[in-house]
This record gives sequence, structure tokens and C-alpha cells, in this order.
Amino acid sequence: MKRRDSIKTIALASFGASMFLESCYGISREKIARSLTRYDYGRTPEEKLYDDKLFAQKFFSDYELLTLDKLCNLILPPNEFGSIRDAEVVQLIEFMAKDIPSYKEPLRDGLKWIDNESNSRFDNSFIDLSEFNQKEILDEIAYYDPNDNMNDLPQPIQWFNLVRNLTMTGYFTSEVGIKELGYKGNFPNVWDGVPQDVLDQYGLEYDKDWLDKFVDQSKRNIIAEWDDDGNLIT
Amino acid sequence: MHIKNTAKEYDVIIVGSGAGGGMATKILSEAGLSVAVVEAGPFFDPADPKSMTQLKPAFHSPRRGASTTRHFGDYDQAYGGWDIDGEPYGQIGSTDFKWFRSRMLGGRTNHWGRISLRFGPNDFKRKSIDGLGENWPISYDDIKPYYDKVDKLIGVFGTKENIYNEPDGFFLPPPKPRLHELFYIRAARKSNVKVIPSRLSVLTKRINNERGICFYCAGCAKSCNVYGDFSSGSCLIFPAQKSGGQIDLYVNSMVRTVTTNNEGKATGVSFIDKDENKEYKLKAKVVVLAASACSSARILLNSKSKQHPNGLGNSSDLIGKYLHDSTGGDMMAFIPELIDRKTYNEDGVGGMHVYSPWWLDNKKLDFPRGYHIEVWGGMGAPTYGTGFNVNSFNKFFGINKAGGYGNVLRSDMKKYYGSTIGVSGRGESVAQKSNYCEIDPNTVDKYGVPTLRFNYQWTDNEIKQAKHMQDTFEEIIHNMGGIPLWNKPGKDANYGLNKPGWIIHEVGTTRMGNNPKTSVTNQFERLHDVNNVFVVDAGPFVSQADKNPTWTILALAMRSSEHIVNEFKKQNF
Repeated sequence: MKRRDSIKTIALASFGASMFLESCYGISREKIARSLTRYDYGRTPEEKLYDDKLFAQKFFSDYELLTLDKLCNLILPPNEFGSIRDAEVVQLIEFMAKDIPSYKEPLRDGLKWIDNESNSRFDNSFIDLSEFNQKEILDEIAYYDPNDNMNDLPQPIQWFNLVRNLTMTGYFTSEVGIKELGYKGNFPNVWDGVPQDVLDQYGLEYDKDWLDKFVDQSKRNIIAEWDDDGNLIT
Repeated sequence: MHIKNTAKEYDVIIVGSGAGGGMATKILSEAGLSVAVVEAGPFFDPADPKSMTQLKPAFHSPRRGASTTRHFGDYDQAYGGWDIDGEPYGQIGSTDFKWFRSRMLGGRTNHWGRISLRFGPNDFKRKSIDGLGENWPISYDDIKPYYDKVDKLIGVFGTKENIYNEPDGFFLPPPKPRLHELFYIRAARKSNVKVIPSRLSVLTKRINNERGICFYCAGCAKSCNVYGDFSSGSCLIFPAQKSGGQIDLYVNSMVRTVTTNNEGKATGVSFIDKDENKEYKLKAKVVVLAASACSSARILLNSKSKQHPNGLGNSSDLIGKYLHDSTGGDMMAFIPELIDRKTYNEDGVGGMHVYSPWWLDNKKLDFPRGYHIEVWGGMGAPTYGTGFNVNSFNKFFGINKAGGYGNVLRSDMKKYYGSTIGVSGRGESVAQKSNYCEIDPNTVDKYGVPTLRFNYQWTDNEIKQAKHMQDTFEEIIHNMGGIPLWNKPGKDANYGLNKPGWIIHEVGTTRMGNNPKTSVTNQFERLHDVNNVFVVDAGPFVSQADKNPTWTILALAMRSSEHIVNEFKKQNF
């Protein structure tokens, strides 16, 4: 198999989750292909092999993925910034379950638990419940006392906390989520101190003795020269 | 790049390409000597788009930057880490030493914190001050001219402060503090803890036309693609190649031993080509080890011969001994005043803009050595873990309910974003003969090379210092109106003292001195036993200081390399 073909095969197998979501939500094949090549993040050959291995595996069943999709949407319903689908949260959970194998069992057990609970209380699987009934179940596992140690709490609460954590991190590390959060960095710029209105808000100011020591950003491109005592003269 | 000209005799073989190896490469090649640089990891250039992680947002990684494959996250530029497949290390007794190895051209200089502090006059003569450990055979005045040259060659920002044991240098101007750093300054000063602008090797101003200047992406751990921060490749090795030096790079080549002749003199090295899993030999008049304190010790101990039955240069039986790392302690706090922050780009450089150098006199304290304080916080780039336990800080407002679901989580996320501040103490430990690495007689790595095992216990000196750190942190955080995120560690937890090795400042395994019975190398980092083997990593450090080691590695490597050039001129090799 040529390298290019093998990448394609891996792409198809690996994005089991994406392919499935494609058929469910009409996400285009092009978008999936784009999302695969997007994972170009400076890997060593060994790291790349490891990633490819994970991509080639499928952990959750389509049914489990659909349940996760429902849960993640309840945790973070879409708003004007974006949705958990824009943020590819379910794909992240699928990947992390393979990347951190200790997630596998608790994630799967919780999905089983919530279906059992749905069946015994409402005689239907979770994804087929009304949103009202779904929330009735969530209300019993979604809250905890932050003074407690999470590991001491009942399994369903721990599980939901894990799903919520992965959903939150998946959304707020995505393109739409970063924008919603308001993180404006990771971009070439020139730092010249805390904005004045923010300094005023906290009653802070820059030390007057320090002000003339800081970098003069208008002279940053002039090559540094010093006198013999180490005083910068350019 | 992959040259196997084994018939050639180089003037110098340099083993390792981090701070010490890079500096030796530059000085020796620019003096016209032919040099082979043998690096255990792959070639790496921070400017290569294929390996670049700088400026990539979390969603470029399928795990959103999680630390599954690289300890400090996907985008950190250190290939290796605490554990390397097939290259184990062992522990003696209850020791839990953490050994961080970065296998790539430039080594750990590609990801380090760029904290570039000179050792002060006292740091070379601690025994004279407190009676513990050993004095260096050199003084600050011996090394000062080299610190000056390193400052001008590589670039470091900072301010002239006229503090005796925190010598000033040739500084670039520092960047203004960020908001959380202004909080720290106000709170620390309330407790009479001194705060000054940081000293980092990041170019806030141009120093030449070959390197770019900082564009404030906070990405120094990702290694800068415009060479705006110091790494050994970008600032030493590549410029030396460009200026026409005779430099052959051997990458993916792990040195096993230094080879010797019948007179016991070094003749070169034997190394394993990791791509072919095959052993080769290289010849040279001089061997310069710069593989990191523990790796260089390992190579020397593995280089046994009839003339050197205890390992090369080990007639003192001190190779591997006096291993010591910086102490470390941390505290992190929630600052209620920092909820619901206005957002703006506050990335700054990749590290703190201010810090606290050691501000007290140990004569008045119950522990002998000092520490400095680093500060961290702010509205950092979201990465894997962001949003975990999103509203557990509710408890600090007396709300005993967290979790939930729905859009309230979005506002909770924004409410608490950027509301924490952390402080870390990094201090000096006292070198002990009983803390060491040695060859494990029972284990070899996947290349068949005997591995290291460690014996290391902290003493009361470090534990009492760690207690002082926690007391100081508690007071500063209280002054900030902050609430610590975890209980203050007590005696049973060594007051939060990090495991040895954790700060990645391991030094001392081939310490220098005038007496061949009590030291391994002389003041020019040459083995006492053999006149053509040098060690220019942190192995020759006699004591560690409450400073980060890199600037001193660079200055010493420059001094020793100039000595090697002079010895060549005198035809002494």
C-alpha cells in the first residue's frame, strides 16, 4: 500500500466517530478529511505512529457515541458562539478514551448505568427520552458538594463529572470555545503592559522607579549596545 | 548529516548538544578545530515547520495538548521525559529520584524556562560561609568575564539592581509585569520579600541580524521559530556552522564509552547508531562530554579499561557522587478579586516577568541555603484540562454546590478564568556524598549499555527550607486576599518538598576541585586522571546555588573551551 493510500485507510478507520457523525448530522466528508490533516502538530515519527494507532481503533459503539452526543449537548447546549459538535467534543472523548485507557471502563460503565436508569424509570433508552425526563435523571447526578472528595462520591456522580470535564475542556479548547472564553493570545503581538482601564479597576499602577527600565517597544528593533558598565545605550 | 567517516581523526568530539555542548561547539569550531558533535536524539531546528508547535492552538492536537506523550504537554519541545522506552533507571532503597532526559539536538535548552541567573560571589564559597559542602576552586571574578560574554552573545533581559550576590550583567530591557504579577509584587512587598524584574534569555530587543525578536506568544517551551529565545541549536550550533566551522553532526547516536589507549589517554568514543542499531567508533585528540550530569557520569563509569578499572577519571571514586538537584516547593491560590476578568492578550514572554531573589540571611535562620520565588498565573492559552471542575471554586463563596449542566457552565467558566496565582520556590540543597548515581550491575538498556541507579535522600537542610517556603507562600497569598487550593503540606509530607530530580537541575556528579582525591575535574573541567577528557555540562558544579544552572554551564563551558583552544596551540594534546 502506498503511504498516501495508507493514510486514507487510517483516515477512514480512525474517524469511525466522525464517519458515524457524518451520517447522523450530514457533516461533509471534506470536513472530516480537513479535520484529519489538521492534526499537524510537530510530531516525532514515534509519536505519529502512536497517534495513527489510536486513530485506527474504534472504542465506543455508534450507539454509545450517540448517547455521548446527547449528554454533551445537555451539558453545553449550543449558543451563538457554537456547539459541542462544532468543537468536536465527542470525537475528543473517543480519542481520550484510547489515549488514557483508565478512562475506558468508567466512561462505558456510566453509559450503561444511564441507560439502565432510563429503562427502569421511564421504560426507554436515554437517547429516546424526552428532554424533561433526561434532565430528571441528570439532576440526581449532576451536582456535588465541592468540599467533598470526588473519589468518595457515588459512581454515577463521578462518571458525570468526568463527562462534564471532557465536554468543558473539549469545547473551551476548540476554535469556537476559545473565542467564547475571550482568550486572545498565542498570536504575534507586542506586550506593553496591563491596559490602563484594568489597572484602574484594581487600583494598581506601575512602579515609577521601574517605568524607565522597561523595554521601549519603539526601539526594540535597534541592535543592543552597552557601555562598559552594562548600561544599554541604544 | 549522517557521516560515518570513522577513519578520520577529529580534533575534538563533543558528546551532547545542549547548553554545554553547544557552547563548546561554537568556541572550538570557531577557533578552527575540527569537531564532531555526537547527539543521542534526532536533529532539531526550532524553525522547522515539520516539528514546530509554536503558535498552534490546542485544537491542532487530537488530545488538545494533553500530557499523555510529552510530560509538559503535546507542544513542549523535549523529546524524552522522565521515562524513555527501553532506557530504564533504577532506585536504591526508598529513593525516588526523577531523571528527565531530552534526546534531541539542543537537548533541554529547547524547552527550558530561560531563567538565566548568574551565580554570585557567595555561591562559589559556601563552605567558607556556613561550613557545609565544599568551596569551588574558582571565584566569581574568574567567571565574571565569561558571564559578560554570554550575556552579549545570547541576550538576557533584566535590570541593574546592585545586589551583592545577584550580580548584574549586560541586560536587555525587561517587559512590564502582567496583572497577576502586580498582585504578587504588592503582596510580597507587604511581607518584605524583595521583587525584581526577571532575568530571562529572551530577546526583548534585537541583538544581531540573525535572530528575531520576541513577539510575546508565551511559547518559549515550544522553542522559538524566529530564534527569539535561547536554545543551543539556534544560538550556538547553527551560527557556528554558518560561520564556516568544521562541524560534523552525528544524530541518533548514543555514546556508550570513551575509548582509551595503552597509556590511558582518550582516543575517541564508541557510539550506537540508533537507526541501524550498530556500533561505531570515532577518533579524536580530545573528548568533551556534555551529555548532562548523570549521562556523562554514566559514560565515564562505563568506560572501564586496564588503565582505568574503576571507570575513566574515577580514581577518586567520586564520579556520580554529590549529585544534587534544586529544591522545589509550590502553592497555588484562588484570588477572589480576580473573578470575571476583562479579557485581553496578556501572554507576554514564556515565563514570569518578575521574581524574588533570595532576600534573607541564612545566619539568622535554621537552614543554611536560600531559595528564589517564581510566580505564575494569568489568562493562559486553553489546553487539555481547562474547564475541569469548572465551578468547584463555588465553595470559596460558601456555596456548597458545584457541577450541574447547561449554559450556567459557560458563565462559570468565564467567571473563574484567570483567577488563580501560583508561587514556586526553587532553592539550593547541600551536596551530599551519599547522594549519587552509579552503574546498576544488573540492568542494561535496549542497546545493551549498563544503566544508572540512584540513591538520594533529602536532609534536614532542605526540609527546613521547604517549611520556610510554605510559610512565606502562605503569608504572601494571604496578603493577596487569596485562598490556597490545597492544604499546607506538613512535616509528614516534608512540607511539600518536591522529589529529587523534579526541578531538572541535577548537577555535581563530576565535581571540580584542586585536589584529585576529593574532586573529579579541575577548574577547567578536565578530568584529573586524563589530560584530554573534559566535562562541560553541570557535572563539575561543586554546589548548586539558589539559581538555575544554565547560565553557569554556558559561562564555564566557554571558559573551558578557550582553555582547550590554548592547549591545542601549545600542542598539549
